[in-house]
Parts: sequence; structure tokens; C-alpha cells
Amino acid sequence: MRQWRFEIFNRAGFSDVHGSSVLEDIRELGISSVEAVQSAKVFLIEAEFDEDFAGRLGKELLADPVCEEYYIGRSAAPAGLAKATLIEVHLKSGVTDPVAESVTAAISDMGMAVNNVRTARKYILLGDISQSQTETIARKILANDCIEDCVIGNEAEPPSPHLKPYELQIVHLSLRNLNEDELTALSKEKDLFLNAVEMQAIQKYYAELGREPTDIELESIAQTWSEHCVHKTLKSSVDMSIDGEQVHFDNLLKETVFKATKQLNKNWCISVFSDNAGVVEFDEDSAICFKVETHNRPSALDPYGGAATGIGGVIRDPMGTGMGARPVANTDIFCFGEPDKKLEDIPKGVLHPRRVMKGVVSGVRDYGNRMGIPTVNGAIYFDDRYLANPLVFCGDIGLMDKDKCFKNPQSSNLIIVVGGRTGRDGIHGATFSSGQITHEYETIFSHAVQIGNAITEKKMLDVLLQANLAGLYEAITDCGAGGLSSAVGEMGAELGVEVDLEKVPLKYAGLNYTEIWISEAQERMVIAVRPENLKAIKKIFDDENVESTVIGKFTDDKKLILRYNGQEVANLDMDFLHNGVPKYSRKAHWKSPELAEPNIPEKDDYNDQLLQILSSYNVASKEWVIRQYDHEVQGNSVVKPLTGVNNDGPSDAAVIKPKFNSDKGIAISCGMNPLYGDIDPYWMALAGIDEAIRNLICVGGRADRIALLDNFCWGDCTKPETLGTLARAAQACYDGAIAFESPFISGKDSLNNEFTCDDGTTIAICATLLISAMSLIDDINKSVTMDAKKAANLLFVVGETKNELGGSHYYKIHGRLGANVPKVNLETAPEIAKRISTAIADGLIVSCHDCSEGGLAVALAEMAFAGGVGIEADLRGLPKGNDCSRIDTQLFSESNSRYIVEIEPENYDAFASLCLNLPFGQIGKVTEEKILSIKAQDGKAVIELDLDSLKQAWQKTFNW
Amino acid sequence: MAQVKAIVLRATGINCDMETQYALELAGAEVQSVHINRIIEDKAMLEKFQIIVFPGGFSYGDDVAAGKILANQIIHHLSEPLRKFIDDGKLVLGICNGFQVLVKAGILPGNNSTKCQEEVTITYNDSGKFEDRWVYLVPQTKKCVFIEPGRKIYLPIAHGEGKIVTKDTASLEKLKADEHIAFKYVNENGEEAGYPVNPNGSVDSIAGLTDTTGRVLGLMPHPERHVRLTQHPRWSRYESRAANHEQRTTDGMTIFDNAVKYIQKNF
Repeated sequence: MRQWRFEIFNRAGFSDVHGSSVLEDIRELGISSVEAVQSAKVFLIEAEFDEDFAGRLGKELLADPVCEEYYIGRSAAPAGLAKATLIEVHLKSGVTDPVAESVTAAISDMGMAVNNVRTARKYILLGDISQSQTETIARKILANDCIEDCVIGNEAEPPSPHLKPYELQIVHLSLRNLNEDELTALSKEKDLFLNAVEMQAIQKYYAELGREPTDIELESIAQTWSEHCVHKTLKSSVDMSIDGEQVHFDNLLKETVFKATKQLNKNWCISVFSDNAGVVEFDEDSAICFKVETHNRPSALDPYGGAATGIGGVIRDPMGTGMGARPVANTDIFCFGEPDKKLEDIPKGVLHPRRVMKGVVSGVRDYGNRMGIPTVNGAIYFDDRYLANPLVFCGDIGLMDKDKCFKNPQSSNLIIVVGGRTGRDGIHGATFSSGQITHEYETIFSHAVQIGNAITEKKMLDVLLQANLAGLYEAITDCGAGGLSSAVGEMGAELGVEVDLEKVPLKYAGLNYTEIWISEAQERMVIAVRPENLKAIKKIFDDENVESTVIGKFTDDKKLILRYNGQEVANLDMDFLHNGVPKYSRKAHWKSPELAEPNIPEKDDYNDQLLQILSSYNVASKEWVIRQYDHEVQGNSVVKPLTGVNNDGPSDAAVIKPKFNSDKGIAISCGMNPLYGDIDPYWMALAGIDEAIRNLICVGGRADRIALLDNFCWGDCTKPETLGTLARAAQACYDGAIAFESPFISGKDSLNNEFTCDDGTTIAICATLLISAMSLIDDINKSVTMDAKKAANLLFVVGETKNELGGSHYYKIHGRLGANVPKVNLETAPEIAKRISTAIADGLIVSCHDCSEGGLAVALAEMAFAGGVGIEADLRGLPKGNDCSRIDTQLFSESNSRYIVEIEPENYDAFASLCLNLPFGQIGKVTEEKILSIKAQDGKAVIELDLDSLKQAWQKTFNW
Repeated sequence: MAQVKAIVLRATGINCDMETQYALELAGAEVQSVHINRIIEDKAMLEKFQIIVFPGGFSYGDDVAAGKILANQIIHHLSEPLRKFIDDGKLVLGICNGFQVLVKAGILPGNNSTKCQEEVTITYNDSGKFEDRWVYLVPQTKKCVFIEPGRKIYLPIAHGEGKIVTKDTASLEKLKADEHIAFKYVNENGEEAGYPVNPNGSVDSIAGLTDTTGRVLGLMPHPERHVRLTQHPRWSRYESRAANHEQRTTDGMTIFDNAVKYIQKNF
């Protein structure tokens, strides 16, 4: 068979945007000797066609007739360029190549068959570059080691990816005679991440059965018992000491987060903490579900692929909730190291935070946009403790029929796997994401990286929605962590399962039965189908080219039976698999740190400090990121992430209208402030809850329909002091949920976010709790945005400003932490939220913004420059505590539960009577003059800046 | 008056089909959303419709180039029925990815001659990345039935490959002379300008093209995303509320309304 090679270049006169962007990245890396970069696409096609057809292929399909040209074979190095370095990037064998699949189909549309298509990228670097620079560029910019190989120079083609077929060989592991140390060693050798107690429980189970486990049985147990899947730590019993006082939890999660939900017992909660996402009522016919997941480890190794599969994975959660939801919005929140870090300060095995950030944003962009789901809300937080463990939170909200919120798999239902094929990608993802990482993980765990293809998921979504509408399946779930092992195992937990593993469609030959069972290959869902519906459902899938395969059936013997070519390779009791994990008791310890308030001299004005905070990474505009996400697809947007007179102010929350025929909406927000956790994680968690709720309220969300989600990302919780901070945050979740009457409906944890450097030092992330929140809006036409609207309108602050600069951005720019962390008054905070929500519903408020990072001064500045109107404020009108006499405290304190609202003068009386008994006061008014001025008690301006300077300070940081 | 029937074409990776269907329904059409596989199986089905819309999305992942694989599929399976559709005086609209498909299939700007594919194409934004932002558009032609002449409209774009380029200046001059340019990107005051007013670096600020009949329109911005007042990015501000009072039809709806009215009048 003939091997054809096509190279596609940009025609002279047409810009090579990929080449230019690579050049920019090379410059950022500090290599100045590269003068220019040319990029080309390479297609390797194995087929029996002639020169004529090859010419047609180049002209009609592979190259754009206007701006590109093609070469058949290898192009010569560009003429007249003495110093040219060629680098070709090929996918590693076995890695999915979606472009190759599309090209194969397109050639068949042209009436020709091909045997194999592969694609690659070619780069020509011009300039005097050393070999080590070439290797650095190849490794750090052009290719990702986990999935790609670089060929440097004009050498041979990489080997063809044809793999040998697998021959069955059943592997038994001998546990019987192993002692504790040997059990631990075995767990480590096989990457099981099971500890000695767990290994002993398994040993005992097999001793009772009188046999040894097969490898696939042990792997199934390891997947099912992984921290990622069962949350061993959060469900363990905890003996805790809080500043010397002893507290005991039988089950930490059940006695904090879950307990609040149970106690609140809201009738609008449909399914909480039981399915792939939490489900609440939307209207008479519909429900909405929400899930937020993390994808931290994969994103640390491969930012682009890790983040893409992070969003791809969380989208499958609503798709696999109840009988399946239609995704209507995505959220994403990231934590990175600071992007200006010097290259030499980056530990070995860690990617530069700027590369991580760019990769993560591109990954979420490409997957989310291709899925046609608007990305409407997010946040980015920077701290150097995230350098080696970046955090990537991805969320998805789905809309579903209210009468289809529960699954009902029955014995004798067929088990069908739908969507993508199974490959070797993502093996051990669940266990890998449960342990710590070190500088060597990049190589050891490269197989844990999953490869995403949004289009496979999109077409699977299209057909599953049709099958759901037709009522052709009994249950659905996604293949996430643990792959088929988790998906099939969980769906059949109360029944029993028989699977013939050789039936699972594979991306390529050579996978053994265990790899098939635990692979975390993406874009797969599992459904339970009655045999009589098989034909009808297959037709729906086949009609749109989506693969579906019967791989087994549900039984009623509560056994997990796995076969390969008829030979039994596993026979496990479902009860042991799902309930056999030993219960842990852990120790936790919390001691309030001894901290002091810094002594920062007072100043005549605070213009510089305000500008500095506006430019700081956490506060600065994220427009560079937001615009790369399609936040309007589906046509459901109401309040967009950017708002104001120039469409560039920071919205507090997103509002979407998920149904064409209804004006009912959903508000979506988040809250997070890890810095407060350095003082007290209890107040950090409450601040996160208060912030997420404030954001919902600001756009017009109902105060009585708020649902919360928790995502705990912590360090190594076997350390009592680390678990202590987590338990403290969990207690706050209970208190906050009860006070705001806002139940948690779903949650997830990611523990052991620590990194061991090659010198043995450990970097642990700061305790990070993300609170995601959503609420309903009865009439989206009444939503408001945060941009100040019109001169002569009045501005009020509702909520008290206290001496709470601990963990604030004002202290951060002075390099200090402080002690007075912002607290939440659990009586007034919910009351303020309710009244503001009512005032917006009554049409009394024309703009509303909360005070968060940077306090009052930042919030006023944002309202002014977003609205393109001036603000004249006077601190005499600020409702404040007795301890709040300093001007800098009044300007920058980050006290919770504060809202700035803009009111038309004629609505003053109605608004004031609504705020009766609340701390509120008139802070100033909106003006024509494009200046923010804030006057102190003596009438002197302590802030006076024009809008352009304020906005420029806020926008310049990420003007990438 | 006969019921106007529109078809929204679905394919692997197309993702703006629902809101496009909704916009057509608001305009009064009866709409079916149909997968391309069904049309290839039964090409005669197109005869039942008077409007076909190629919606936005990422058909086949935009592999090779945006819209390329779907365009190839159309060239090899549907070029004749589509030719007939246009010749029968019916309407074709391509939005975003659908526009890319029409250009790469040679349906725009010309009449399915292979030559126009060699003269005009759509490629990567100058910024090198996908962007979602709102743009003002002014019509450049009076012959395109979808367009209200003289009305400046405000719509969002959301694409990574929206830069229209021509082979050379002669091709560009021909586009102008033959009135193929449907819309240009302009600023609030109606003037052409650089990025971000022209969000992708399109030659001559071209945002959309029409064919010689004026019955085929392709544009990068999304009219289906501005069919209700609360989709406008500044709907919550006074100036928008006031403007919305005066001008009852949203900017995006004008395209769909004109299409449906044209069919009502001519069929």
C-alpha cells in the first residue's frame, strides 16, 4: 500500500497565525535567537490512489484554495535560509486523532477508500538556534510529552501505529501469604493507591472465598475504593481538637454538609448527593441539575488536555443524571501560580504557570465551545501555592424533565456502551488523582492523561436526548473516573452484572481485559435498555453515526461477573465491592494561629493603593479569558459575564433563560477566598458562601431558592492539622447553609494536592473551598447588572463595614496577612440578602454590586467605569462599626454581606422603608463627570481618579 | 397565504440549531430540524421547503479547516438539489459555521462555480483565537432579500475562523462590483475601523456575503442570538430600553422576518 505525505503551507501574503503564536511563546520563554516560525499541517495517508487523485485531494480537501498550498512528499527547506530547524510533532501511537477520522470520512465522500490517515504538525524555526534550545522549544511549547512525540530534523517518519492484537492471559495475584509490608508494596507496585488496612480487608475477603484475586478484580476494588470515588476522608469518623476543645464526628460529611440539607428538607430539592449531579425544581415541568468537578492532576501534566477533559467530563454528569439532562451552561474556576514567575524558580516536573493558564483556558474553550454550551460564569485565583498543583474546577448545569429525575435499571436490561471507543488513555486516572504527585509523575503517570474529542461527545448528546425523549432506556450514567468499572459497577450495585469485555469497541488492538475495564477513555456513556427496545434505540444512534454496543446485561444475583472470550476473569460480590471499604477514624487538629494586625501608616489619599489592587491578579479584568468562551450559544444569555456601557465590566453572576417559551431564569455564581483560610478556614468558608449568595442576589436571584455546591481542594488530610482546617470549613458549610436556608445539593473533594520537589521539599496548596451557587429568577426582565446607570441616581451601601482587613487585598499589596478575617453575621446576612432580592423584584434598584476583594473602593470603581459614569461618594454615609475609624479600613475592608445599590431619587422612600432596621446609608450619587471621588469625614477627597485611569489599571494586567 | 416551511440542517458538531429554529418560528415559519444523513438519503425532501438554514457550530470539529468537511460532503452529495433549490427562487442562509460551509462549498459568493472557491475563503482570525463579542454591521447591498437596506444592526460574533480573505485585489474588486458584499463591520458611528471593530481582520471589513441572486446570504455574526430584547448586552441600561421602545423588532429578527416575508410574497 502506498504511503502519501502531504504538507500544507500558508501561501505567501497570507498570515500564519499559528507560526506567529509559537514565535510569541518562544519569546516569552526568553529565547531571542528565533527570528521567525513557519507552521505547516502534515497528512500521512496510506491508500491505493494515483497521482491524479492525490492532486485533487491536495487541492480540493487538504489545502485551502485561496490561502494555502500543498506539497506532495517532503517540501524542501525554504530557499535562502541557511539556519532552519525542522521539528515535526506526531501523536503517540494509540492517541485518538479526530482530524484523521474526519479526513478518512471526507475522502470516502470523494469516492475513494483509504487504509489509514495520520496527521502531524511541522514547524520551521528560522534563526541561529542551539540544539538544547531546539529541545526546550519542542518540549515546552510545541509538543506535550504525554501524548506527542517530536521528530527533530528532516529524518524518517515515525513508526506506523498498528498494534498487535491481544492474546488472553488471565493474571492471578497472590495475596494469601503476604504480610502488611508486602501488601503495601504490592499496592504501590500496581498503582492501586490502597493502604495496608484496605489491602488486609481484601486479603481477608479472598481468604474466605478460598482463592486468590485476579488482577482485574483487584483493580475494580481499587477503583471503587479510591478517594476520588468514595471520599473516604470526608466520610471518616474524626476526632477533632479545636483550640483544645474535643469534638467527635462519626461521619464528617454526614454531620456537616449533608446534615444541613437534610435538616432544611426543602421540597424543591429533588435529588441531592445521590446522583451524578444535584437536582432541584425549575418550574412545573422541568428541573435543573448542577455539578462541579475538579480535574487538577491531569491539568498539571497536560493543561490543555486535562482541562478539556475536565469540562468534557463534567458535562457528562448532567447528561448522566436521572434519565439525562440537556446541558445549558458551563462554569469554570481556576487556581494558578502567579504568571510572572521566573523560569528558574519553577520546580522540576512543574510547568510554568503562564503555560498552565494558557493551556487550561484553551482546553476549556475548545471543548466547551464545540459542545455548544455557553460558559457563563467563572473566576481565576492566583497564589504561588498553586504552582505545582493548579486547580481546575469545571461545572455544568443541565435542564431536564421533572418526571425523569430518577433511573430505574432492572435485571435483564442490556448494558450498552454509547459514544467513543475505549483506548489506553486515562488508565488509573481515579487512583492517580487520589494520591500526591512528585517531580517524576510526568513520566510515570503519562498514561493517566485522557484525550478528549468534543465532537464525539456532542453527537452522542444529540442522540441520547432523542432516545430519552422516546423513552427507550431505563437508566443512564457516564463513564468517568474508573471507566466502565465505576459506571457499570455503580449502576448494577443493587442488581448484579455480567459483562463480556471483548465486546467493548476499541480504538486500536492490544488492550488487555483489565485495561478495557478501567480505561478512562472519554466520551462514553452507559445505558440500561430493555431487550425489546434495542432495535429502536440502535436506529437512533446509527442514524447519526454514533457507535453503540451491547456489552452485557444486568442480573439479579448481586455479583460482578466479567468474562473475556467466554472465560471468567472476575467474580466479585457487589456488596463487598461497594460496602467493603474499611471505615476510617482520623485525627484532626485546629489551633487558631497567633496573628497580629500590621501597622500600616495612614496616608492623605489612597489613589495608588486602589490602582494597585485593581491591577492585582485576582481583581484584574479576565476579559482575555472570558471572550475566548462562547457565552451566548443556545441563545439563552440574559446577564452576560461582561456588562456595562462598553460590554467590559465584571458581572457579579450570570443569568440564563433556559427555555425559549418562559421568562423564568437561573442565576449562577461562585465564591472563593483562600487567603482568609490562612487565618481561619471557618470564616473562609462562610465568606465563600456569603459571596456566592451576594452575587446571585445582585443580579436578581431569589433568596429562597438558592442551592449550593461545595468543592473541597485540600492537601494531605492524613496530617491532623490539614484535616483540622477541612473540618473547620465543613462546620462553616453547615452553619452557612442553615442560616441562609440554602441547602447543599452536590459536592466533591480533591485531596492530597501536594507536590514533592526533587529536593524533597513539599508544596501544599492552600485550603481551597469553592462554593458554587444557583438560584431562580421569576422574571428575567427584572434582572439588574452591576454597571452604574445614570447621573443623579442615588447610591446606597447596605450592610456594615467593620475593621476586617485580615486576608484582604489591601494587606496583600503590603505583603501582610493580618488577623481580623471578615466574619459573617448569620442573622443579618440572610436578612440583607432577602431584602435586596425583594427590592430588585419590586423594580426599585437599577444597579447592584457587592463589595468583595478590594472592598468598597474597588466595588465603586468597577460600577463607575463599567457604567461610564462618575461617582461622588462620601464616607460619612457609610454604615460602619465603631472599630472602623481609619480611612483605609473603610475603603478596603472586605467585610461580608455588603451591597452597593443604585436607586432613582423617586424610589428613595420605598427603598428606605424596605431597608428598615438594616445597616444602610447613602454613600453618594452617580455623576456626569467621569471621575470617582470618595471624600472622607472631613470633606477631603481620599480617592480622586478619572475613569480611564481606573479602567486601564484594571485591564492592563491580562492584556495578553 | 401559504405556510412558509424552513429546514434547519443538522450535522455532527452543529450546535446552533435549536435557537435558529426558534428564531425562524418567531418569524412565522414552520421549521424542521433535519440531520444531513436524512437529506442525503432522501434528497427530494428539500422540495417541501422554501428556506434552508445552515446554522452555526463546529461541523465535524472544524477538522482540516472550518466548515471544510461538511462542505466536501455537500459538494459530493447535495450540490444538485441545492442548486435546484436556489434556482427555484428559494432562500439559503448560512450563519457562522454555516457561512464557512457555503463559502467552502462554492455556493457563496458565486453560483457553485469551482472558481469562486479559489477566489474567496474564510480563515483564522488575526488574533489567532476564538472570540465572542458584539459588532455593528451595515448593509452594503440592496439586492439581498434578507437585509433591510440602510439599517445598522448589532449582533454577536463567536468564532475563531472568521477572517474573509480574497485571492488578490482583483477578486476583491469583483466582489464589490458584483454587489456580493452583504455586510461590513463598523463602529457605533457606522465607520470602518481596526480591531476590535473588525474583530477578525477581514479584508475590507467584510462580515457577510450574498450571491448574484441576493437569495443566498452568509454571515459570521449570529442573528439568532439577538431575537429578544434581553439578549442585547446593554438591555439593562436606559439607552437600550429607550431604543428598544422605538424599534420593536430586534436586530437579529430582521433577517428571519425578511426571509419569511419574501417567501410569503413570492410563493
